[in-house]
Amino acid sequence: MPEILKRNKALSVSPLKASQPLGGALAFLGMDRAMPMFHGAQGCTAFAKVFLVRHFREPIPLQTTAMDQVSAVMGADEALLEGLATICNKSAPALIGIVTTGLSETEGADIHRVVREFRMQHPEFAQVAVVPVNTPDYCGSAETGFALAVTALIDTLVPEAKAAGTVPGSRPRQLNVLVGSSLTPGDVDHLKEIIEAFDLEPVVLPDLSASLDGHLDEARLSALTTGGTPLSALATLGNAQATLVVGASMATAADLLKARTGVSDLRFDGLMGMDATDELLLALSRLSGRPVPARLRRQRARLQDAMLDTHFMMGLARIAVAGEADLLAGFSALLREVGSEVVAAAVPVKAPVLDRLTVRTIKIGDLEDLEAMAREQGAELLIANAHGVASAQRLGIPLLRAGFPQYDWLGGFRRTWIGYAGAQQALFDLANLRVASHHGVTPYRSIYDRSPDTDLPEGPRHGTSASPAGGYATCH
Amino acid sequence: MKAQDIKALLDEPACAHNTHKPKGGCTRPKPGATAGGCAFDGAQIALLPVADVAHIVHGPIACAGNTWDNRGTLSSGGPDLFRLGMTTDLTEQDVIMGRSEKRLFHAIRQAVEAHRPPAVFVYNTCVTALIGDDVDAVCKAAQERFEVPVVHVDAAGFYGSKNLGNRIAGETMVKKVVGTREPDPIPDSAVRPGIRVHQVNLIAEYNIAGEFWHVLPLFDELGLRILCTLSGDARFHQIQSMHRSQANMLVCSKAMINVARKLEERYGTPWFEGSFYGVQDMSQALRDFACLIDDPDLTRRTEDLIAREESRIDAALAPWRDRLRGKRVLLYTGGVKSWSVVSALQDLGMTVVATGTRKSTDADKARIRQLMGEDAVMIEDGSPANLLRIYEETQADMLIAGGRNLYTALKARMPFLDINQEREHAYAGYEGMLELARQLAITLESPIWPRVREPAPWDADGMPVTVEVR
Repeated sequence: MPEILKRNKALSVSPLKASQPLGGALAFLGMDRAMPMFHGAQGCTAFAKVFLVRHFREPIPLQTTAMDQVSAVMGADEALLEGLATICNKSAPALIGIVTTGLSETEGADIHRVVREFRMQHPEFAQVAVVPVNTPDYCGSAETGFALAVTALIDTLVPEAKAAGTVPGSRPRQLNVLVGSSLTPGDVDHLKEIIEAFDLEPVVLPDLSASLDGHLDEARLSALTTGGTPLSALATLGNAQATLVVGASMATAADLLKARTGVSDLRFDGLMGMDATDELLLALSRLSGRPVPARLRRQRARLQDAMLDTHFMMGLARIAVAGEADLLAGFSALLREVGSEVVAAAVPVKAPVLDRLTVRTIKIGDLEDLEAMAREQGAELLIANAHGVASAQRLGIPLLRAGFPQYDWLGGFRRTWIGYAGAQQALFDLANLRVASHHGVTPYRSIYDRSPDTDLPEGPRHGTSASPAGGYATCH
Repeated sequence: MKAQDIKALLDEPACAHNTHKPKGGCTRPKPGATAGGCAFDGAQIALLPVADVAHIVHGPIACAGNTWDNRGTLSSGGPDLFRLGMTTDLTEQDVIMGRSEKRLFHAIRQAVEAHRPPAVFVYNTCVTALIGDDVDAVCKAAQERFEVPVVHVDAAGFYGSKNLGNRIAGETMVKKVVGTREPDPIPDSAVRPGIRVHQVNLIAEYNIAGEFWHVLPLFDELGLRILCTLSGDARFHQIQSMHRSQANMLVCSKAMINVARKLEERYGTPWFEGSFYGVQDMSQALRDFACLIDDPDLTRRTEDLIAREESRIDAALAPWRDRLRGKRVLLYTGGVKSWSVVSALQDLGMTVVATGTRKSTDADKARIRQLMGEDAVMIEDGSPANLLRIYEETQADMLIAGGRNLYTALKARMPFLDINQEREHAYAGYEGMLELARQLAITLESPIWPRVREPAPWDADGMPVTVEVR
């Protein structure tokens, strides 16, 4: 069990954390024809929007209740009601997800009551699903916000089995899939392919691979998401044969879905690396009664080959990882399989999964903390979001970008990490970074060699006060 | 910040938008149909480029965590503290138990001890404003204890718009920082016989993508010493000495108009509003400085420089003009750029079919008419749907707008150029025109357009469509 070091400084420098409502909004963006709305000041939305737009390089539907001086003090219920009605009128969405912010939570907003009021005042919008979720900025991180929003989606829109008459297994090919925020659109896409290869029908909640996968729509303009989990799918979750849960952060959402529907579930902390993928395929084979398809077996053989090719570079490699807990869990699993060691790890907030990781020390903190740890531990490679560029430069080590945000890396938003194929590419990339940054032995010039035509570093000169060790070859 | 202080800031006599309605100058945003940042956003935009200051955001994570290291403003080296996101990252316990003031005090200590900055700027946010943290008192105590200026920028998000935040930031600098130090002496190496040095300021120039470095050599050549650009590539001591300027240029019409006005009131510094975009405006800005400073020798040398630069850039632009001539542009941007970019595009032989005027003043609009004719199409409603409609009606070839509209344009398969603060290219000055021309050509002439616009060679069911033999 790792030692978990708590935050121990007043000032956070080079933050690793993105806010809870940002993560909540992202979950809603995985729903079809959806519009997330922040209950807060305009900036809460504007900042999250710029963050997501720059990461995904996509237009991002996001609205705000635009709390001002008056509503911040006198109450912002009216602003929320007005915001809901305005979105319904202008865009006719299937779903509006309301996330709170530090401002509205401090002000004391009761969004659930306001949504009930909205229902009474506006029966004409009864068809529009409205999902409120409390996501104060001063708790959690984007990962927890994402999980809270998925939990709220289930709570609001998935009916009790008894009331709705759903029966687990009555759609025997259906497999519900709850995915956490560490899965990219590319991951979700690949996961669906794997499941479909067993002739199962995945219903993914939320499905970013159908909304933020970076595709060109026929329609030139849309105020809402143009893909994602359709609202109608939520009513069918109770009929599935099973639920696959990916990401430890989704545990609460999974508990609720199971309680609501009675559908049993299979939980994975992550799907990075061979062991987790093996387990997934075994489970899918059992569920479907089908053998593991040849295509996936081939992918496994390729991963094996990549492991052989890269193990020279990855063995004993000292890696620093900064990211949300699920992402750290994924990478620590993958790296362990190839003999690398996570010598420095930082996560923005504490999470139960951390206790299960084979990492010696995990810091709850920021990139400044990670840098200090990485320096102390002699880390040789950094895995972090785009903010890690500066850290990696200061540390003088290469960076592999993973997580949010990746402002400076095209395609980073949809890179596939999971499964055999994802692991294979990750190993290649990690190994390439190691090869490119490989430092051989520092050239050493004999004290007897005084030829002036070379600019190699000199050994200690006779009679100088330099310590004898100073000029000798550097064997690490 | 007190309500009457906010009201006073909203009442800006030098701003043509100023209305004397009882509720103040800016209209209230509509919940559910609003875009744009908050006052805190505006304050950060205005001051974060100050490179050597420790910028501490006092609040929960969203305000700094979602935004740090996110803008194109560049610094010429030395301390780059502004690239580090710093925040008190308040927890629920801090908020409930009232521990946030204490955390802020220790945060300032940590920043001072770790980085020894010449000053600390503390940005208030919604939550800390609402729970009533006495940020002023904490800053004062920290300033005394750590013997470094600690400046409270009180622009919590809910106070109002981004524009209000710009003004609060500028106001804070004028009130608390300007006039607290004399400019450094001119280095001997910079003294040139026959050239009298005049000291000037630029207000609201942000050095996006380093574009001001296209312009700065010309100022050097003329003997115009820029005491401070508020705030692109600025240092704290430069802001302190802004009061010694002989002439100020306001680079973005509305953002910090109050700073120009107040520096005139307090120190008698004359100012003008101008732009570095386009050959004509670039030359005009230099002429305006010469005119305000009123040194015949400077005027002569300025005219010589303009003549030289204009003929040089004219020759360099000739091949680009041939490629861009007659192309129709839909321009949607705010304030000063609504006309300054028009003239830049016209310099390139392009036709501007419409321009955005949502943030423009009456004076801006008059200049638009001057440039585009009396029946110039002015766009107030910049919603994606409306831009798309005008694009089609005017049969434009491309859209030039802010990054906010980038993906709207791309999804509609329109060539696009980003003209606002998140852009990655430097368009200011004579040299910037070449970059502008190049970037315009890159998008307009790209071979991708037919490939993304034409349908695939099969129908909705994937059945191959019989194509006539060409």
